[in-house]
Amino acid sequence: MRKKKVSGLAPWEEPGSLAGRVGKGGVLALILLSVLLPLYTIVLTSLSSAETVNRVGGLVLVPDGITFDAYRQIFSDSVVSRAVLVSTGVTVVGTAISLGVSVLGAYALSRPGTLFHRPILFCVLLMFVFFPGLIPTYLMVASLGLKDSYWSLILPSAVSAFNVVVLRAFFMNIPHELIDSARIDGAGEFRILWRIVLPLSKAVTAVVGLFYAVGYWNAWFNAMLYIDDSRKWPLALVLRSYVVDSNPLPTATVGVSGFGQVAPPTLAIKMAIVTIAVLPALIVYPFVQRHFTKGVIIGAVKG
Amino acid sequence: MSADADTRSVTEVRPGETAPAGPADGARKEPFSARLRRDWPLLVMAAPMVVLVTAFWWIPALGNVIAFQDYNPYSGGILGSPIIGFTNFAQLFGDPQFVRAVVNTLGITAFQLVFYFPVPIALALLLNSVVSGRLRAFIQGVVYLPHFFSWVLVVAIFQQMFGGAGLIAQILRDHGYSGIDWMTNSDTFILLVTAETIWKDAGWGTIVFLAALSTIDPHLYEAAAVDGARRWRRMWHITLPGLRPVIVLLLILRLGDALNVGFEQFMLQRGAVGSKVSEVFDTFVYWSGLRTGDFGYGAAAGLFKGLVGLILILVANKVAHALGERGVYSRS
Repeated sequence: MRKKKVSGLAPWEEPGSLAGRVGKGGVLALILLSVLLPLYTIVLTSLSSAETVNRVGGLVLVPDGITFDAYRQIFSDSVVSRAVLVSTGVTVVGTAISLGVSVLGAYALSRPGTLFHRPILFCVLLMFVFFPGLIPTYLMVASLGLKDSYWSLILPSAVSAFNVVVLRAFFMNIPHELIDSARIDGAGEFRILWRIVLPLSKAVTAVVGLFYAVGYWNAWFNAMLYIDDSRKWPLALVLRSYVVDSNPLPTATVGVSGFGQVAPPTLAIKMAIVTIAVLPALIVYPFVQRHFTKGVIIGAVKG
Repeated sequence: MSADADTRSVTEVRPGETAPAGPADGARKEPFSARLRRDWPLLVMAAPMVVLVTAFWWIPALGNVIAFQDYNPYSGGILGSPIIGFTNFAQLFGDPQFVRAVVNTLGITAFQLVFYFPVPIALALLLNSVVSGRLRAFIQGVVYLPHFFSWVLVVAIFQQMFGGAGLIAQILRDHGYSGIDWMTNSDTFILLVTAETIWKDAGWGTIVFLAALSTIDPHLYEAAAVDGARRWRRMWHITLPGLRPVIVLLLILRLGDALNVGFEQFMLQRGAVGSKVSEVFDTFVYWSGLRTGDFGYGAAAGLFKGLVGLILILVANKVAHALGERGVYSRS
């Protein structure tokens, strides 16, 4: 056992003391537990029957029969299912727009010396050091007539200076020879971007896409600011209202399984909403995770 | 969206007229024509970004003039409202709620500088000392994860763990103790928000330190070990100096950002603990400007924050240069 662990060390490195290693393992285990335990118990509670939740008197730690009742109830209720649709739509459309605009912009900024390169770059970089403020932004969105429009959830946050800079740094690292030879062969800028630059930048584009998608899926404040009509609420607002604040779900709108009673949502239902909110991140995450370091380091070094 | 279609659609416009928003206006001057002919596709590509940044960043930034106005959106708007100079600012500094927001913000920043800032560094060192690559990758995957949760979700999760009906209280009650509701306790609020920040972002924060650690030349460690430096001395004399530029960089960024504490985080929990401990700069702008319709007043607070933040980051960067560090940007 001891031999095996030591084998990963360099020859000059002294093995740690037993106490040190046990302590380290314990700390790491606690850290893992602090992330995984809440997720585990939340998902498990969402899958437990009302009786189990009542018997335990709170979150369920030991599985005792799995049921999808809470999910069935949520999706028979139009509030949550519509919010899921809204969030999905905003995330998909928003990410497509953000990624398109950022990739084009970053590519346009990736060659110093071109026309208006400096003012446009300055325009973007200044976003890092100064924030125009909540109220002028709000007034701008309102004066464009975007209040209560899904576009208010997309356009104001469509361009992230950080993501543009990360993409630009990556594009600038692509060998000039490749781009020059394509140009000699008569390729236009759009074709160069599409056929040469993007295929070489799949990883960083994926990471930036994830950043944008997560931002849209999670966005709460913009929705609270601009969306008054509760039928247009994205999931984050539903989460706030029914899970954090325990407001009663408007069961009058239910229809099929409508009991007509106005009661705070049960714990299982709350946890089912939380699970739905976490789920996309959990699904996409493993595919993109290995690229994080690449994307982020370049941004940090060149930014 | 095919590249060909895009190219065709823009070539139908004469090059001199493809100029997108603002910055391209001067493009028709003669000396530029050759450059314009060569670079106009790049300008077309930059156009959507420039339009969005102009609409939602530059125009609002200029819209801050309402901070100097008795702004009324219904009669006059931004052009017709009377200019009242610094009255809004004068009123601001006499507003006890504003003073409290400033004090709270700075207090929380200072507290988190001590109790949050070192956590990712320590965690990175801990992760870096895990020998098995696969185990390390697994732990990294787990600790990065909460960064991708929204603040609503984090608050909801903390509520389920530490709230009055949460898991901890539930376990305490099962063993005959009375449960504590950390979520509504204003005395421990600063601990709560720091714990939430650590849970959400400390793991993600390790990335940049781990990257810096991986660039330290392993021969340095070997040479030091041969010279008799043991684990802790190697960390002190090699690892920490290797991390210094990154630490300074992030410290500068944090100081320049001193007036920003998690906005959503505080908005979400303001109701539960009251405004006395949870009012920070941004929530003040929201509650005293936007919600009351006193836009000029709120904009004054926002502008004050933006300008102080700008000054802070410039000063911090200058200090870093003076200390011989690279800083955030250099004069180039």
